[in-house]
Amino acid sequence: MAVDKNMNILIVDDYKTMLRIIRNLLRQLGFVNIEEATDGSMALQMLRAGNFGLIISDWNMEPMTGLQLLREVRSDPKLKSTPFIMVTAESKTENVIAAKEAGVSNYIVKPFNAETLQGKMVSVLGEF
Amino acid sequence: MAATIDRDLDQQLSSLRQQRGDMVRIEDVGEVVRSLLTTLSGEVSTADLKLYQEVEALSDYIHKAKAELAQLRPDDIQARYIASATDELDAIVGATENATNIILDTAEGLQELSSELTPEQAQRLTNATTQIFEACNFQDITGQRITKVVRALKHIEERIESLIAVFGPEMAARSSHAPGTPESAEEEVVQPTDEDLLNGPQLPEKAHDQAAIDALFDNG
Repeated sequence: MAVDKNMNILIVDDYKTMLRIIRNLLRQLGFVNIEEATDGSMALQMLRAGNFGLIISDWNMEPMTGLQLLREVRSDPKLKSTPFIMVTAESKTENVIAAKEAGVSNYIVKPFNAETLQGKMVSVLGEF
Repeated sequence: MAATIDRDLDQQLSSLRQQRGDMVRIEDVGEVVRSLLTTLSGEVSTADLKLYQEVEALSDYIHKAKAELAQLRPDDIQARYIASATDELDAIVGATENATNIILDTAEGLQELSSELTPEQAQRLTNATTQIFEACNFQDITGQRITKVVRALKHIEERIESLIAVFGPEMAARSSHAPGTPESAEEEVVQPTDEDLLNGPQLPEKAHDQAAIDALFDNG
């Protein structure tokens, strides 16, 4: 099934410049409905109120981190199957293992390029 | 004899505790040891004397170490260098963030032009702006690295604070009278050297803008 480029995507990062970068890269990949949150708790409220087809989240944020957000998403019956890509500078083995154990769909290490973002999105959503 | 010594020592220690609480100066410790040695004169063995000499040597060693630490001027390192370093790092983060946002504004502006171009030209423009967006990733990473350095500096600052607290105000007093401190610099008016004048870029809140420079220049 083809990926719906009109689906809502939520990007979460406490650093506004990074939100701009990801939003622009997503637009260039043809995705137009992009919303932004600056920490996990704000993201969780938006996710519960809306209908999102993909979450792209940073890890290191306050008060709720990306990992905590992931755990909340996976334990919420309405949200648990939403694809979740972690985009972070945390690149230690234990980070990747912890994210996998919490149910992350894929993991991107910063700095990243458009090709990597597209590749991980394809692996999570299918070809587009 | 031993009971008299115990009583005298107890009195001396009680008096010290009343005056200074649990923070006793090394000089006072030395005084107690000296007084003890005087009291014991003629009553002590060679081994005891050896032990007292060791204690005295230890006291001297602590004095010397304290003086050397004061020469390092930890209060100055804390107040001037570490505070300045963290401000400079914050300024780097601020300046690169501003520049990154301007680059992103420009790239977004260019991207909007693609609708006015042929598909081939639009694709070339998109490829170029994609590379700009990718390159701007650096700002997030450098910001996080600098934050780690600032955290390390703050940790060092806390350690220095503890050091100053342990050695007491005496160290601050000694270091403030060390050569090269502002007071002594005021006493002898010295022309700044080239090295003194090279301070690098100023922090935004301290820097003169071009208008202020022009005013200084014109009035000089």
